[in-house]
Amino acid sequence: MSKAIIESGNVAAAMAVKLARAEVIAAYPITPQTPVTEKLSEWITAGEMDAEYVAVESEHSAMGVCIGAASAGVRAFTATSSNGLLYMSEQLHWAAGARLPIVMCVVNRAIGAPWSVWNDHQDAISQRDTGWIQVFAKDHQEIIDMTLKAFRLAELVHIPVMVNYDGYYLSHTYMPFEPPEAERVDAFLPAYEYKHALTPEHPESLNTVTLPDARLDVQGIKRGGYMDIRHNLHEEMGKSIEVWEEIDQEFQLLFGRGGNPVIDPYRCEDADAVIVAMGSMANQFRVVVDRLRQDDGLKVGVLALQMYRPFPNTVIAEALQSAKHVMVYEKGLSYGSQGALYGDIKAALYPYPSRPRLHNFIVGLGGRAIPTESLYQTMKAACGQDLQIPPARTDAPQWIGLQL
Amino acid sequence: MPDPRFKVLTSASTSGPGDAGRTGSWRVERPVIDMSRCIPAKTGKHACHICWLFCPDNVVSKEIEPAIDLEYCKGCGICAQECPAQAIAMVPDADFLEGADSE
Repeated sequence: MSKAIIESGNVAAAMAVKLARAEVIAAYPITPQTPVTEKLSEWITAGEMDAEYVAVESEHSAMGVCIGAASAGVRAFTATSSNGLLYMSEQLHWAAGARLPIVMCVVNRAIGAPWSVWNDHQDAISQRDTGWIQVFAKDHQEIIDMTLKAFRLAELVHIPVMVNYDGYYLSHTYMPFEPPEAERVDAFLPAYEYKHALTPEHPESLNTVTLPDARLDVQGIKRGGYMDIRHNLHEEMGKSIEVWEEIDQEFQLLFGRGGNPVIDPYRCEDADAVIVAMGSMANQFRVVVDRLRQDDGLKVGVLALQMYRPFPNTVIAEALQSAKHVMVYEKGLSYGSQGALYGDIKAALYPYPSRPRLHNFIVGLGGRAIPTESLYQTMKAACGQDLQIPPARTDAPQWIGLQL
Repeated sequence: MPDPRFKVLTSASTSGPGDAGRTGSWRVERPVIDMSRCIPAKTGKHACHICWLFCPDNVVSKEIEPAIDLEYCKGCGICAQECPAQAIAMVPDADFLEGADSE
């Protein structure tokens, strides 16, 4: 086994990119992502990493460079946060529609206005419909492992992957983790090959105006229209859940870590109330679960959702069939509606016979502190709620920690 | 390489006329070359060919008398704009319809 080191979450991400032998890095600095790209540029300049670092003038260009690199058959990486992610939004849709296996770390941060450099999940949530696979890490070991697995997934399913981890809570804190051995990473992650790789010998037109109907190309080969291409992206995103599980098994054989790549349940087997959360907050909840079980005799568990897009409807719904209450805690929402994750979970449960009472909690927006005590108290109160309460009351998002 | 279970359908094709469909149907005005002013036609030499170079749809031939493939020419007018001899006029397509007013 390799030895554990103590480093920041951002360095864990950068180490994964180096181990993955990414060949083009194009990024624009934004807090709290900056140290990822600083580390990568430092290694490239020092000759420790064989890659081209393209210093771009915006996130839109960063994704544009990655699209160009991936189209030429080159493994590309970028990282961003918050408004930077939104600035590349148009290019995100493009990368997905073009089926380019780009990997990007998103160090989650609140969206302005007003300006906030602190953590929440609104950046990633707002980009959930771009056609990118979105995974969420909850500690440093997961950041490095998940980023490596993301390259493998992206290149097997030809869909870009966004690896999310919490700004500051994970990006700037130091934790012990084991970097995977380079030789084993090479065995795990073969060189990237793209069947449409642009070379002067084989020029192709990529993603030009594509008509509503399928058509015959200049060689008489039938080419799908826009709707066919987009249908397949949707279908193949769904199938990516299975591939993510297979990759996790391969990874486990080589590195001895893994096992719950889609959902990571903690004390959920006999739980009457199940908390659902993404990112570092899911780990914070383990303490709350232990206390509720020990001090209050409440059968509570926490389910960390690791893969948000594609949304694992079946996996989630089946995992929640025996729960009486499901409490969804999230750091983002669909304004004017409810928590985005909450809405997804509600939709996933609808076709199933057992529909537990759902509770939606909005926490930690713009870095508002999330004291473990407040999570404990809200959980305790929610567990004691009468199941006869009109659903409209529990269905509305409840904001925790407001200072109005 | 992608997993064989994944088709990875994209919009990729060999470049050529008609890559974006029968774009000739988009046209409102068509380029008409006046061969008495066109440099290669007038000199009988492979010179100029600016229209061939600039055409975004590869529909102008690189010949002494350049020909335009109207099946795919979408009438953008770049050739007319770029022609250094002002030999290309953009003429409304409606004028070429059967029964169009000859005036």
